[in-house]
Amino acid sequence: MFEVVHKRQLSDAVFEMGVAAPRIARKVAAGQFLMLRVDEDGERIPLTFSDWSAEEGWVRFIFMRVGKSTHKLSHLEVGDAVADVVGPLGVPTHTEDLGRVAVVGGGVGAAVAYPVARAMAEAGAEVTVILGARNAELLILADEFAALPLAELIVMTDDGSAGEKGLVTAPLKRLAESGSIDHAMAIGPAIMMKFCAETTRAFRVPTTVSLNPIMVDGTGMCGACRVSVAGETRFGCVDGPDFDGHAVDFEELMSRQRVYAEEEREADAEYSRGCACHL
Amino acid sequence: MPERAARERAADFDEVALGYTEEQARAEAMRCLQCKNATCIPGCPVNIDIKSFIGHIIDGDYAAGVAVLKERNALPAVCGRVCPQEEQCEIACVLAKKGEPVAIGRLERWLGDFDLACELEKRCVPEVAPASGFRCAVVGSGPAGLACAGELARLGHSVTVFESLHAPGGVLTYGIPEFRLPKAIVESEILMLTEMGVEIVTDAVIGATYTIDELMAEEGFDAVFVGSGAGLPIFMGVPGENLNGVYSANEFLTRVNLMRAYEFPHADTPVARGRKVAVVGGGNVAMDAARTALRLGAEEVFLVYRRTEDEMPARREEVHHAREEGVEFKMLCSPSEIVGKDGFVTGLVATRMELGEPDASGRRAPVCVLGSEFEIECDTVIMAVGTRANPLLAKAAPDLELSSRGYILADDDGATSLPGVFAGGDIVTGAATVIQAMGAGKISARAMDRYLRERR
Repeated sequence: MFEVVHKRQLSDAVFEMGVAAPRIARKVAAGQFLMLRVDEDGERIPLTFSDWSAEEGWVRFIFMRVGKSTHKLSHLEVGDAVADVVGPLGVPTHTEDLGRVAVVGGGVGAAVAYPVARAMAEAGAEVTVILGARNAELLILADEFAALPLAELIVMTDDGSAGEKGLVTAPLKRLAESGSIDHAMAIGPAIMMKFCAETTRAFRVPTTVSLNPIMVDGTGMCGACRVSVAGETRFGCVDGPDFDGHAVDFEELMSRQRVYAEEEREADAEYSRGCACHL
Repeated sequence: MPERAARERAADFDEVALGYTEEQARAEAMRCLQCKNATCIPGCPVNIDIKSFIGHIIDGDYAAGVAVLKERNALPAVCGRVCPQEEQCEIACVLAKKGEPVAIGRLERWLGDFDLACELEKRCVPEVAPASGFRCAVVGSGPAGLACAGELARLGHSVTVFESLHAPGGVLTYGIPEFRLPKAIVESEILMLTEMGVEIVTDAVIGATYTIDELMAEEGFDAVFVGSGAGLPIFMGVPGENLNGVYSANEFLTRVNLMRAYEFPHADTPVARGRKVAVVGGGNVAMDAARTALRLGAEEVFLVYRRTEDEMPARREEVHHAREEGVEFKMLCSPSEIVGKDGFVTGLVATRMELGEPDASGRRAPVCVLGSEFEIECDTVIMAVGTRANPLLAKAAPDLELSSRGYILADDDGATSLPGVFAGGDIVTGAATVIQAMGAGKISARAMDRYLRERR
C-alpha cells in the first residue's frame, strides 16, 4: 500500500495527488510515468509524474476524473492509501542540448510539461512554455510555471478567459515561423499533439510528443500500448512515451484510446449510482 | 482422472480436471512396478524421486510422499497440473512400452493437493538449513524465481523476491488460466515459501525501481538470480494488426487472469468479449487464449495455425480439451492481413499453406499457396506467436552480457558475465515450460550457494 500524502483540487474534475514512494522518488526523471492501481479491484492505469522529492520520499501526479478509476482515486484523502504504485517507467524525456525549445502543455498535459520544462531549463535550454486550456477554470499550474526560469510563458484559452484567446498552435506557429525555436515538445490530448506536430512540420522544427496510450502492465509485457511510428509498431511503455511527433500515426492512437469507451461509460455509470458524491 | 463435461466447463472458469479421489490415486499408484532402476526419475527435469513418492501413496503415508516431492519441487500442486509429463517422466515409464504409463503427473497433483488441503501447521514445510548469513535477491516471482527462492531458503540463505506486477507468480498468475491452474493453488504454494522465510516484494521493477548493481552495492545482497521471464509479445507485422480488437495473448490473458476482467464491471479492467474470435498460434498459450475466449461467451473460436495439428507445440491434452470444448481448428493457414471497419476488427485474411521440406526445427516448413487468400469473419484476433526479450533488462544491468536476441548469456549453472549474478528460465532460454524454468532456478540456487560459501 502507498499512503496518500498530498491532495489538491485544481479544478472541478482535476486533482493533484502525492503518494509516499521513497524508492521510486529517488529514481524519477522528467517524462517518466507510474502505474497505479487504486484498490484490489482496480485497473492498472498509467499516470505521468508531475513532481517528486527524493529527499522527502514522495511522488506526485495530476489526473482528471473521467472514468471509474479516476473517480475512485478522486475520493481518496490524505492518510488513505492506494494499493499499488510502480515505477518509474518509460524512457525519460531528452532534455540535454536542446537550445531554444517550446514546450506545449494542453489541459492535464500541463502536469507533465511542468517537470519537463523545469528539467530543460535546468539543463540550460531557453524554454518557452505555451500553456493551453479550454477556459481559466481548467488552466492548471500557471503559478508554478511562472516561477520557473523561462524565456516566456504564453497562456492560451479557447474562450479568452485567461491569457490570449485561441489555440496553442497559434503561438507555436509564430515561434516556428520566426525561427525562434530549435525544438518543440507537445504534451496533451492526442488531437492537440497532432496539430502541434502538423504546425511545426512545415518549418522543419523537430517535435517530440509524449503519448498516452492504454496500458496494462506498463513494462513491455502486453503490447496494449502499441503505436505506429514511422510505419513501425512501437510499445509506448518501454520504447516511449516520447516519440517523434512528425512520425506518429495519431489517427490510430486516437482510435485505440477509444477502444473501451463503451465499457468505461458502463463501469463509471454503475459506480456513480452507488457513489455518495453524485457526480 | 475425472473431468467436467466439455459443455458445462466451457461456460465458466472453474477447473476442468477434477483430480483423483483417494481410492483412484491408490489404485493408480498400485500400477507402479517400483522398478529397481526407475527410468522415470531421470526423465524429470528436477529429478523428483518418483518411485519413492508413489511408494508412499501405496503405503498410505501421504505426508511422507509430500515430503519427497518437496525435496525437489517447491510447487508440486502446480507442476502436477501444468508439466508436460507425457514427454518427461511418463514417457520413460516401463509400462509406457506396452500401454498406459503410470499417471505420475496426476499422482503428483493429488499429493500436492493433499498437502494444500491440510491445515497450515500440518503442511509440509521443507527443512531449512541453519542461517548462512548471506542475503540473496531473486528477480521475478514466476516458476524460475520461486524454485530458486525455495531452494536458496532451504539452503539457509535469506531470500527476497522482487516482482514487477502487483501479485506474485509470474506466468502462473497472469498467464495460465484459472480453469487449468486455480489461482488459489498458486497462492497456497507461494504461502509455503513465505512460511520458509522467503520475503516477496511486489511492485518492484528491476531496471526501473532498482538496478541489479543497486541491489548488490546499496541493498546489501550478496548474490542475485534473474528469472524475469520472456517478456515482450511478438506481433506478426501484418497490416491491420493495431486495429481495436487485436490482442497479444499476453494482454488478453493478463486482463482476464491477473486483472479478473471476467468480473467486469465489478473488477475495473475490461476485455473485449468477442463474438467470433480468431487465435493465431499452436502452442499452449494459444490453447489457453482460445479456451478463455470461449468462456467469455464467444460463439465461435477459430484456431489459426500455419502447420498441422501434428506439428503443434501444445500439449496433446490441451489440444484435445480445446477441440472438445468447441474450438474450431483452421490448420495450414497463415494470417496475411487483419481487416476492419471504423477502427475495429471485422476479419482475418489468411493464406493457405502446404508443408514443404523440414526446416531448422526439424518440422516441415509451411509454404504459401499463391492466390489462396480467404477471409475469416471475426471481431477479435489474439496473437499467440511467441515472445522476445524485454529491453528493460539492459537497463537493469548495463554490463550484463546478452545474446544477439537480447536474452541473458548464462552457463549451465546459470552463472552470467557478472560475478554473483545468476539467471535462468525464459530470460536465458527463450520461452519454454514451467518445469524447465523451475529446474533452471533450482540449479542456479545451488550454484549461488557454492559461490557464496566459497567466497566466505
